[in-house]
Amino acid sequence: MAIVAKKPELLTDAHLHYCPGCTHGIVHRLVAEVLEELGCADAAIGIMPVGCAVFGYNYFKCDMFQAAHGRAPAVASAVKRVHPDSVVFSYQGDGDCSSIGMAETVHAAARGENFTLIFINNGIYGMTGGQMAPTTMEGVKATTCIYGRDPKVNGNPIHLSEMLATLTGPAYIERTACCDPANVRKTKAAIKKAFEIQLAKKGFSFIEVLANCPSNYHMTALESMEFVKTKAIPFYPLGVYKDITKEDK
Amino acid sequence: MKKLWKGNEAIAEAAIAGGCRYFFGYPITPQNEIPEYMSWRLAEEGGAFIQAESEVSAINMVYGAAGAGARAMTSSSSPGISLKQEGISYLAGAEVPCVIVNMMRGGPGLGGIQPAQGDYFQAVKGGGHGDYHCIVYAPGNIQEFVDVMYDAFDVADKYRNPVMLIGDGMIGQMMEAVEIPEYKDLNKLPPKPWASQGHNGGVQRLINSIKIDPNDLEDHNHRLFKKYAEIEANEVKYEEYLTEDAEIVFVAYGSVARICKAAINELREEGIKVGMLRPITIYPFPKKPLAALAEKANVKKFLTVELSMGQMVEDVRLSVNGKKPVDFYGRCGGVVMMPADLVKYVKEGK
Amino acid sequence: MKVIISGFGGQGVLSLGKFISYSAIEQDFNTSWLPSYGPEMRGGTSNVSVIFDKNEIAAPVIDHPDILIAMNDPSLAKFEDTVKPGGYIITNSNIVKLPVTRKDVTVYEVPVDDLAEKINKRGGNIIMLGMLLPIFKEISEESAINAIKHVFEAKPKVIEPNIQCLKEGIAYMQNLMK
Repeated sequence: MAIVAKKPELLTDAHLHYCPGCTHGIVHRLVAEVLEELGCADAAIGIMPVGCAVFGYNYFKCDMFQAAHGRAPAVASAVKRVHPDSVVFSYQGDGDCSSIGMAETVHAAARGENFTLIFINNGIYGMTGGQMAPTTMEGVKATTCIYGRDPKVNGNPIHLSEMLATLTGPAYIERTACCDPANVRKTKAAIKKAFEIQLAKKGFSFIEVLANCPSNYHMTALESMEFVKTKAIPFYPLGVYKDITKEDK
Repeated sequence: MKKLWKGNEAIAEAAIAGGCRYFFGYPITPQNEIPEYMSWRLAEEGGAFIQAESEVSAINMVYGAAGAGARAMTSSSSPGISLKQEGISYLAGAEVPCVIVNMMRGGPGLGGIQPAQGDYFQAVKGGGHGDYHCIVYAPGNIQEFVDVMYDAFDVADKYRNPVMLIGDGMIGQMMEAVEIPEYKDLNKLPPKPWASQGHNGGVQRLINSIKIDPNDLEDHNHRLFKKYAEIEANEVKYEEYLTEDAEIVFVAYGSVARICKAAINELREEGIKVGMLRPITIYPFPKKPLAALAEKANVKKFLTVELSMGQMVEDVRLSVNGKKPVDFYGRCGGVVMMPADLVKYVKEGK
Repeated sequence: MKVIISGFGGQGVLSLGKFISYSAIEQDFNTSWLPSYGPEMRGGTSNVSVIFDKNEIAAPVIDHPDILIAMNDPSLAKFEDTVKPGGYIITNSNIVKLPVTRKDVTVYEVPVDDLAEKINKRGGNIIMLGMLLPIFKEISEESAINAIKHVFEAKPKVIEPNIQCLKEGIAYMQNLMK
């Protein structure tokens, strides 16, 4: 019988610790598939964050780092400088990447460090139990803004892709979503493009994936997907924010 | 051949001679000559220098580069070292060997920029969160700084542990005639099979400090402390000066020990029997030689001298264990005592 | 020998100290060069403590210098009292207007800027280096010339004028000491 689909070799058999319905597992798989398709799975070095993906190293067979909260871009910068022929990615949530690690994110981007940053934006702190994130949208309830985010009290959400696109350093920035099969396929294409940019030594590539969090939004998996589609995407528009390969032409 | 070197620059060159190829830092006085020197010198050696966006980022770059198998270091001064503490705890927890230099200045807070030793507790008692130790050297002059730095990466690699060198603005800013040892051949260094560097055929190597199971984490702590016991047994370094017949034994480290030495020489000329024990490692601390001196009949008391309100004096008291009185003389805030101050203190105290 | 050199930033205070240290290692002396650093340098008393000795140098700090070179008034005010009895105070009399009050030291008030004007405007500190050699006794003219050659390796054009300054300083001091 012909095999039409299988688990990427790069992924281990460990059971995912993510909540039912969470899209982290999908993005892990996409990263693994892309690295294999590009023939660079063995060259990969992954940097995992603090947050829901803190145990992400359990799911990849390549060399990994577990970094301090927010510091994955600093770690990734140095790893790539030491081993320019490896393929380095960091995988970070919104608290890690856009709050405590904002400086590391912005400066790795500004320096144009030649690695790929996968940014999972679900607008909430998952691992610690549903606190407000820098990307939590106005009106969304979190355990540190129980009546819903009020910009007058809690400040305003951050559009990270748009912000990073103002920098000269990044080579590729795209925002995708993980809410339905079509968008999952677009996410995979974006991740592939990002790693191709890295393999071509063109510099910093950044993929923001709008993700869900059924547990902390107190939704069913389907409701959380629907939320991404109807609420998150209108607020965080999908698309390519920077692509130096286009600018070259 | 001996050459006149500025302390900070000699330390940087000695690190390169010792195999350092990656440096990550952030400007802060009085250590700026180290990153400045590294910025052009490492490029010549085929390594890399990044001026990080913060001290926090710099120490995490060290985590990345050293975890990927390279000889990597950072340097800073007191407030910047405080910022690095979280990262140092991770380095110790994940057992990533690296070197950290602290050219101390006065605190607390932003404090000042003149020489001080107020970071002793931070350096030897942990500094960051959790149970751990860095191996901490406090060399007394530029040549000794160079020699310790030269071998610091070997020591770090041997124990897979961060090594810290502490000095102060005085050592960093001054010049002395120094000889840089022969450059180590990077190809002859022991391999690091544990390092996360890619291309391992599907067998993962992980640089990690999280152990979520309490039993695993307890085992990990016990293993670390077995290593620290080994370090305490093997790595203690100190110098004794005129202690054979000394009635008063100074205990001082770093540039302060030089000021004590000048005072001791003056006091000896007047027939006053003084000597000194100078710790070169402050972790592991030379407990046994101090305890042995405390047992000697000729030793009447110890005088700990520091550029702080009294930090190392606690370790001196623990080592002497009540056998003899332990006195303390300190200046702080960046004020440096003169040899004459110590001569006067000893003569009036007699 | 313990020397404190102090003045405004830009008067070549730190580099004069370096020339002494470079000259001293030519003759296998141990030497230490310890500068003030930070805002003090902007307060008019940028200073450097230079020691050379055949024995190990213990403290690089100097409580009582053998020689004080004061290039401005704040420097004289700050360090005059610290000079060892029987020691030397040399001032740049083009700038220093305060009188030296110490009676137990040898005082030379030298118009360094005027002397430099004649040979090499920027060579005041090398003239001062020359003036120190007859006081040091142990450091030869040859060592000082080697130090000048070493420091100005990249700027060979300035070596000769600086050697002229050195010789002028030596002659001037020999004359004063007669």
